[in-house]
Amino acid sequence: MIARDRVSKLTANLILLGIGVLFVLPLLWVLFASINRTAGLRVELPTSPTFENFRAVLNTDTTYRPVFNGIVLCGGAALLTMICAVLAAYPLSRFKTKFNRPFLLTVLFCTGLPITAVMVPVYGLFVQLNLIDTLGGTIMFMATASLPFAIWLTKTFMDGVPISLEEAAWVDGAGSMQALYRIVLPLMWPGIAVVLIFTFIGMWGNFFVPFMLLLSPERLPASVSIFTFFGQYGEPNYGQLAAYSLIYTFPVLVLYLLLSRKLGGAFALGGAIKG
Amino acid sequence: MTTSATAVSVPSGEKAGRSGPPRFAKTVKMLPLAPAIGLMLVFLAGPILYCIYAAFTNMALTGTGAANVRFVGLDNFRKAFGSSAFTNSIWLTLVFTLVSAIIGQNTLGLGLSLLMRRSTKLVRNFVGTAVIGAWVLPEVVAAYLLSAFFNDDGTLNVILHKVGLPGQDWLYAAPIIAVSLANIWRGTAFSMLVYSAALSEVPKEIEESAEMDGASGGRRLLWVTLPMISRAIMTNLMLITLQTLSVFGLIYAMTRGGPGTKSQTLPLYMYEQAFSFSQIGYGTAIALVMLAIGAVFSLIYLRGLNSEAA
Repeated sequence: MIARDRVSKLTANLILLGIGVLFVLPLLWVLFASINRTAGLRVELPTSPTFENFRAVLNTDTTYRPVFNGIVLCGGAALLTMICAVLAAYPLSRFKTKFNRPFLLTVLFCTGLPITAVMVPVYGLFVQLNLIDTLGGTIMFMATASLPFAIWLTKTFMDGVPISLEEAAWVDGAGSMQALYRIVLPLMWPGIAVVLIFTFIGMWGNFFVPFMLLLSPERLPASVSIFTFFGQYGEPNYGQLAAYSLIYTFPVLVLYLLLSRKLGGAFALGGAIKG
Repeated sequence: MTTSATAVSVPSGEKAGRSGPPRFAKTVKMLPLAPAIGLMLVFLAGPILYCIYAAFTNMALTGTGAANVRFVGLDNFRKAFGSSAFTNSIWLTLVFTLVSAIIGQNTLGLGLSLLMRRSTKLVRNFVGTAVIGAWVLPEVVAAYLLSAFFNDDGTLNVILHKVGLPGQDWLYAAPIIAVSLANIWRGTAFSMLVYSAALSEVPKEIEESAEMDGASGGRRLLWVTLPMISRAIMTNLMLITLQTLSVFGLIYAMTRGGPGTKSQTLPLYMYEQAFSFSQIGYGTAIALVMLAIGAVFSLIYLRGLNSEAA
């Protein structure tokens, strides 16, 4: 029995290692290429590591402005999502009305709709409303697109906060918004952080929405401006592309680590979703 | 805190129902919902209604459809279902969804989470980090990494040559397979996390007692473990199908739907028709087809959740 256990454990480890290596190889490429002046397309250790690629892309046009735009765009949209989601989740979680169930079902239904498909009509709508190529319009659309899922998650987290504390506050004459702000939010900030960070990560990587709704090069976020590496000049500089990719990925990597170290992170999300 | 995030189930009213501060009228109590509802009406319901309208017109960015928009009935849909490019994109979307989501991400995610229960901590952490790393990367970056990997001069061919197999430019020879594999690479983490969470709630004793009764590993999996996480499997399949149906950036950045139309899935075809060819009316008709497919899956998903929660 024990011998068989050991064999099965060894097999499991070996298979896992094999799969792990397949997942790591493409990641290794970006790491090695970013410090290689003559980077090609295959994984190879650079003979003389250099930070020249990073130096070449760290300028206003290539990196600073797109990253800044991305922070404004995704930060603004994630905040807007979060504010609306918290406000919406409170009555859904606390008050009993006939309206709750149909609303929640609609929200859940919306999480399944392919946002990609909505983009053509959204483009048409934005042209008619003169919102094309405006940061405000794009922020509002991005916020709306992630709102259904955010409302759902926030409500799930809020349901975990016991209502008895608020009932005491109500007796003392506090309004419901006061109770939300002073009692519920402080108790569920880890849940808020999880939803906020996941919303932001999703937006940071989103390419299609800003690609469609923003036109001026000076407004484009990092997810779209990365395309300029494949300009009119044929073969792109792979080393610089890799360096830029790393810089662009860095913020979400930090946020993700924060999430998984401090908040139980993705595992919590998996738990919230698995049903 | 993590335990508070549990079942995705629609509360059946009574359970969630508590009375709020008594001095508030019902409408005032529900007022905080207004910003969310407002945004969703304007930016979600609005475009969908607009989509339903435009799909039956000849709206275009240039030409006659730009000057005077008129209703054309079902013309756009007739044109779509009669066009080989459209049917081609439907097929490719099916292949992409089947290979990358239902077979690839789902099976690999389940396999990984099962194997991880038997592995040593070091291996588990290494694999978990690599798989989640691929997931956290922004879409376009992931697309570049895998374009490089599948390229003629890329890492995959280097490995194939080492073991004596012929290499080729995968993005050119088998683009839909290459983008499907790319989507597996990028998306498996989601299934892995969902299944790890589900498996963590399967009591070890049940599996052990099955083992005592002499059930082999495969049988135990099929008859004991899998039925216990069947709900997670359904949920996961539904969600990754919906995600995969609307993948755009990954394919666009890797192949632009090419060469020719060999990896042009439905979202890319819609994009090309609406914007490269300026046929907004026709493009929205295709968008409406996609929305309908998404809506059907979403409804099945809702039904599943509801019947389980009841």
